[in-house]
Amino acid sequence: MGMGKYILQRLAFTVLVVIGISILVFVITHMVGNPVDIMLPLTATEEQRQLLTQQLGLDKPMIEQLGTFLKDAATLDFGMSWWQRRPCMEVIMDDLPLTALLIFFASCISVIVAIPLGIAAAYHKGSFLDRVLTIISLGGICLPPFWIGLMLMLVFSVKLGWLPTSGIGTWKHMILPALAISFRPMGHLSQIVRFEMMQQLNGLYVITARAKGVTETAVLFKHALKNIMTASITMIGSDFTKQLGGLSASVEVVFGFPGFGHLISETISNMDFPLLQAEVFFVALIVCLINLLVDILYAAFDPRIRY
Amino acid sequence: MANLATSKKKVTLWDRFRYNKAALVSLIILIILFLMLIFAPQVTSYSASQSDLYNRLSAPSFEQTAKGGPPHILGTDQLGRDIYSRLIYGGRVSLTVGFVVGTIGALIGITLGMVAGYFGGWTDMIIMRLVDVWASSPTLLIALTFVMVLGPGMRNLIIALLVNSWTLFCRMARSQVLVIRSSAMVESGHAIGASTNRILFKHIMPNIISPLVTTYVLELAHFINAEANLSFLGFGVQPPQTSWGLMIGEGRKYLTQAPWIVLFPGLLIGLTVLCLNLVGNWIRDEFDPLAVKQ
Repeated sequence: MGMGKYILQRLAFTVLVVIGISILVFVITHMVGNPVDIMLPLTATEEQRQLLTQQLGLDKPMIEQLGTFLKDAATLDFGMSWWQRRPCMEVIMDDLPLTALLIFFASCISVIVAIPLGIAAAYHKGSFLDRVLTIISLGGICLPPFWIGLMLMLVFSVKLGWLPTSGIGTWKHMILPALAISFRPMGHLSQIVRFEMMQQLNGLYVITARAKGVTETAVLFKHALKNIMTASITMIGSDFTKQLGGLSASVEVVFGFPGFGHLISETISNMDFPLLQAEVFFVALIVCLINLLVDILYAAFDPRIRY
Repeated sequence: MANLATSKKKVTLWDRFRYNKAALVSLIILIILFLMLIFAPQVTSYSASQSDLYNRLSAPSFEQTAKGGPPHILGTDQLGRDIYSRLIYGGRVSLTVGFVVGTIGALIGITLGMVAGYFGGWTDMIIMRLVDVWASSPTLLIALTFVMVLGPGMRNLIIALLVNSWTLFCRMARSQVLVIRSSAMVESGHAIGASTNRILFKHIMPNIISPLVTTYVLELAHFINAEANLSFLGFGVQPPQTSWGLMIGEGRKYLTQAPWIVLFPGLLIGLTVLCLNLVGNWIRDEFDPLAVKQ
């Protein structure tokens, strides 16, 4: 199977997943809850209820509502946000780039720290350095990111006064939230790099390379590093998509960062069905595309993989 | 005779920890923690909701309160409630959510995984496609959708977390069953006319149990973190009930004046999750028949 055909197949799968998930969320919101009861105060009259039901188009049969929704979604029109009273697309486009930048920044931090440290730990297996790094990476995985954020804020903003506590504006506002988010991916990545690297260093090709007099630096960074890239990329991609899918919300709330995670949290509090629907659509789409990108990168790093 | 048997067993268990002292320490910490949570009224001097407005935001100390009450060893919160007591009662909630979600998720996932692995063919394809689709979908958002329409609270939080609780068990169970299914043991089971149920639960199950126990322990850690995350955002456990995540969420407004409100629940989440991870990895290393062979 050619690369082009594989990509087309995966894109078709992406479309199916996005439609499927959108329908699922539509059904949950329309079957289980009644938005009118939630949006109006308890004292509202029957007429007010009926009027709102009509305005939201909820009086039509559900299958018809679903049809209208899917037709509009195909043209990226998700209607008006109930809470913000402006088009959902506009709301999302305001916040999504900010969070994408934040998570990208966090991913960069975790890659820059975790890959060299993971390699060092594998190379000096069982040493003091290895133990310290294992403890730190376990700490990063186990401690809640929002708690790490609060502690960073306490030390660097409140006690030392080096960095702002919340909001956005300058690059300084990005540092603490990005750091708080980066701890868990850093832990995941350094563990996988350490594990994979230890396996690679036992490989026959490493013995051959050393016997031929290849320098240790070249063995580590030219030969072994390339072989651990597929596993590392999987991990980076999986953490990135999880953060984008709402995991960054608690850290964004801690730092008052007006990004996508913050928006998701507000959407749920305000019971904004159309906005949630639009968020689910975008997250599902982006997650599938990133997974596809990860698969394409596999082939770039490992010539044995062909599609 | 009975004495001999038990002492022999003790030695084996000790041997299992010989190369992994960290796991032993973790197991002991977890047992102490579980006992403290079970006997919460006996090990605390205050209740979780008992407020004392004279002692608001007081720092951790071992001295008696002004009124001569027992000391607030981990300080008090914005309503003068004892942090230590709240940690113990909140831990009951956090761990209950973790255990309930983990157990139901394991039951659903393992059943589906065993069915997929054992029967293969179309059944396998449908179940595994479902798992694939689920894995590439925004499960946290779907969980939040449930919270939104059902309203926050402990029961609804459990329902929401169940959304993403079964896939890993399903994958693990399937891959393990695939290995065992082609073994001579299962073949001879078929030959002597054992029923499908008997082969699945009496022959296959005992052989795949240890990797599944590892998955269960690791997932438990995962759900404790997930509960903390949602309760922190206000979508989980609601006051007057409390949990570790909610304590951090409520206490963060007082971060500058009283950092201990936030500090201790976070440390306790980290410690519990860490111990569960170390014990989970130890179970995999020590009890998995496939891992030992390598």
